[in-house]
Amino acid sequence: MTLPSIASLLRPSQYFTVRGGVHPETRKNLSSESAIEDMPIPSLLRIPLQQHIGAEAEPMVKRDDHVLKGQLIGKARGPVSANIHAPTSGRVIAVGHFAAPHPSALPVPTITIRPDGEDTWGPRLPRLRPENATPEEIAAQVAEAGIVGMGGATFPAAVKLNLRARYDLHTLVINGAECEPYLTCDDRLMRERAEDIYDGIGIMARALGVRQIVVAIESNKPQAIAAMQQFDRALGIPSRVQVVPTQYPMGSEKHLVKTITGRETPARALTADLGVVVHNAGTAHAVHLAVRYGEPLISRVVTVSGRGVKRPANVRVLIGTPVAEVLEHCGGLVEDPDRLLLGGPMMGQPIQNRRVPVVKGTSGILALTAAETPDRDTMPCIRCGRCAQGCPVGLTPFELNARIQSGDLEGAVKIGLLDCLTCGCCSFACPSNIPLVQTIHYAKGKLAEEEGRRHQQEEAKRLAAARKAREEAAAEAKRQMMAKRKAEMAAKKKREAEAAARAASAETPPDQAPTSQPQTAQAESTRDGGATQ
Amino acid sequence: MTAPMLASGPHTHTRFTVSRTMLTVSVALAPATLFGLYQFGWPAIFLFLVTVISAWVFEVACLWIAGKPIGPFARDGSAILTGWLVAMTLPPYAPWWVGMLGAGIAIIIAKHMFGGLGQNLFNPAMVARAMLLVALPVHMTTWVPPVGILDGPDIWQALAITFAGSQEYDVVSSASTLSHMKSQLGAGATMSEIMPGLADLEARMIGLVPGSLGETSTGLLLLGGLLLVGMRIITPVIPLAVLGTIAGLAALTSFVAPDRYAPPILHLTAGSTMLCAFFIATDYVTSPVTAAGKLIYGVAIGALVFVIRTWGAFPEGVAFAVLLMNACTPLIETYVRPRVFGRTRTGKPLPVKKSKSPRGEKK
Repeated sequence: MTLPSIASLLRPSQYFTVRGGVHPETRKNLSSESAIEDMPIPSLLRIPLQQHIGAEAEPMVKRDDHVLKGQLIGKARGPVSANIHAPTSGRVIAVGHFAAPHPSALPVPTITIRPDGEDTWGPRLPRLRPENATPEEIAAQVAEAGIVGMGGATFPAAVKLNLRARYDLHTLVINGAECEPYLTCDDRLMRERAEDIYDGIGIMARALGVRQIVVAIESNKPQAIAAMQQFDRALGIPSRVQVVPTQYPMGSEKHLVKTITGRETPARALTADLGVVVHNAGTAHAVHLAVRYGEPLISRVVTVSGRGVKRPANVRVLIGTPVAEVLEHCGGLVEDPDRLLLGGPMMGQPIQNRRVPVVKGTSGILALTAAETPDRDTMPCIRCGRCAQGCPVGLTPFELNARIQSGDLEGAVKIGLLDCLTCGCCSFACPSNIPLVQTIHYAKGKLAEEEGRRHQQEEAKRLAAARKAREEAAAEAKRQMMAKRKAEMAAKKKREAEAAARAASAETPPDQAPTSQPQTAQAESTRDGGATQ
Repeated sequence: MTAPMLASGPHTHTRFTVSRTMLTVSVALAPATLFGLYQFGWPAIFLFLVTVISAWVFEVACLWIAGKPIGPFARDGSAILTGWLVAMTLPPYAPWWVGMLGAGIAIIIAKHMFGGLGQNLFNPAMVARAMLLVALPVHMTTWVPPVGILDGPDIWQALAITFAGSQEYDVVSSASTLSHMKSQLGAGATMSEIMPGLADLEARMIGLVPGSLGETSTGLLLLGGLLLVGMRIITPVIPLAVLGTIAGLAALTSFVAPDRYAPPILHLTAGSTMLCAFFIATDYVTSPVTAAGKLIYGVAIGALVFVIRTWGAFPEGVAFAVLLMNACTPLIETYVRPRVFGRTRTGKPLPVKKSKSPRGEKK
């Protein structure tokens, strides 16, 4: 153990933590010492077309197609979307629906591939020399490779790399905090692939045009810190590792930026408004592979942990591998777990169906035993204030809960419902075990539903009004047409009557009859001219 | 394949629970209580048991009448703690029905009529104390000197004192520090004349003075209070605010007129100042939740305690001060809220500076 240097003493962020926050038992030692291992190709891959925030990808293959490793099978649709590639070579056995890796297990569009075991690469993406490439080329390559935020938010990375056009960016923050308990995939990746990650960081920094790079790592990962500290610049851009306190939710983008720069991102704004962009360490590694080697995002490191797993490990898994096969690879389950989660224990999602696939945002598969997830009776709120003390946003969750329970959603919005990160600190800290986050999720869903309904109503009203206007315009046009026709008819009748009268009154030479025609044509043309002027 | 129950996150939880919190508070109260019980002997022990047990019985009865699940609530320890705190404020030789009445007022009127655990507006123990003090001024101000369990009445005499209202045991009735001071000051004596007649600082710290059953040992209460702060059961805001305000006002007044006002150290070590600062005012249910709210609440309680003691009709003002501020808690909660991340105090988003195009996506 070394003494802190003077310089580190002068860096207050190592001592001043984010407001609120909690300190759950990290239990990272279960898997932190297992090196990343490659999992063999599974028997089946189920690749959902929606693994990212934004629009669902469009399938590019059909049943019985033979695909090669890295082949584009789902094409990004719209500006916020991501490409999806075949993780290995094999035959497409279905393009249909399968249960989502989500508590609901609702069927989502999924491409199912039976690997042929050859693992034959198709044509890779063209390699790029980031030193010579323009920012646009780098972003395009990242988009082509289907890279999304690997921390779990799964926001398409290329969209974030293009923020340069709209914001004056100066700092790239690499989020290596990994504040969720149990998860060690970023930790291991930083320890084992520090150089690759730094290369990826440099590429992203070039694409963003930033002047400095800060790699933020929680103080409970000394080896990762040491590994990342070997580099002080990435592609010529100065970089430093900043140790941040071990505290949940340190990895929250806005809180990390606050810890590092001391500046608070305004509500409803982006960190880019402060000139800061945050990317995950795992994303940097994926960018490195995509740009240097032309490899799309077809696998990721997943932490398999929890006391319910026989052999906790960090495994590089092909996207689409069924959870059950990953668990099997890790020796199976010791006992029937109390909860099976995708992601960390604070914000992770419980799943029921073990055949659901690992997707791009799956950072962990946790099999928690009953001892690890104590399930207690809910008691009434005793207003102890632990939820308010723990809230990193400065909300009063007990009040939100009371208002939501009594159906006062507007009142809940007034005291900050929409500012909630749903990080779970309040529920974690509640001595009465009140499901505060669940209530907040419910309220947010309800609000979205109401919003949607209101939007729909307004849209229907707008369409009805437009239709009415259209119909009125058509009726008006018709009326005018009728009037015009009537006028013409009247004129014609008049002419005919005149002609008849003339014919009747005198012997008219037949060649005089057509003279009236050019006259009316002339009159009409002058009227038209008057209208257009 | 079994279907594990689907529960919302987080899937890990702190070890703090309601009953654990109540248990810790009980542990923190125990040294002062045990010492008080030892000092005042068997009648105090009987009274304590009667109060605590009747509080628990009332709790169960109320739960049963209200149709609430009895099991988890009866085991959470909150009723026992309430009864305990009521007992702490009673004179040691008070008859059994005073303890039972106090427990009944606290549990039935102050707690369950408002809706049970977590719903009460006023601190149950203080409601009981205030009502008893007004209704039974003689019983509630009959103090006895602490002579120790061995030199006091034996078990049979004690049973007679507590349960039969016996006056046979010859007890030297004496005044508590604050009431003695109050009556002397009222009679026109100066502080310098009164001070020699009061128990010295050491006696007050250890608890060798007449007073309520459990609130005489300032030192042990302070110890328990520090334990609560150390265990993170309470934040130090309210205790510091209460004690600081009392000490500050006392220092100011005794500096201006040393003969008419008691010095700060007397205020801090006499009466139930310590019990109030660490155990009563910090009651979760009836105090504000935010730190700023707690500060206002604590300062106001301290000021009210000082004002009632100095200029009011009662020698001790803790119960009234706490009850008055309990009534203000909803108001404080409404106006004093933490600032939301990324927003100003008024709830507007922080101003956005420096961006290439103001026509971006932001609103």
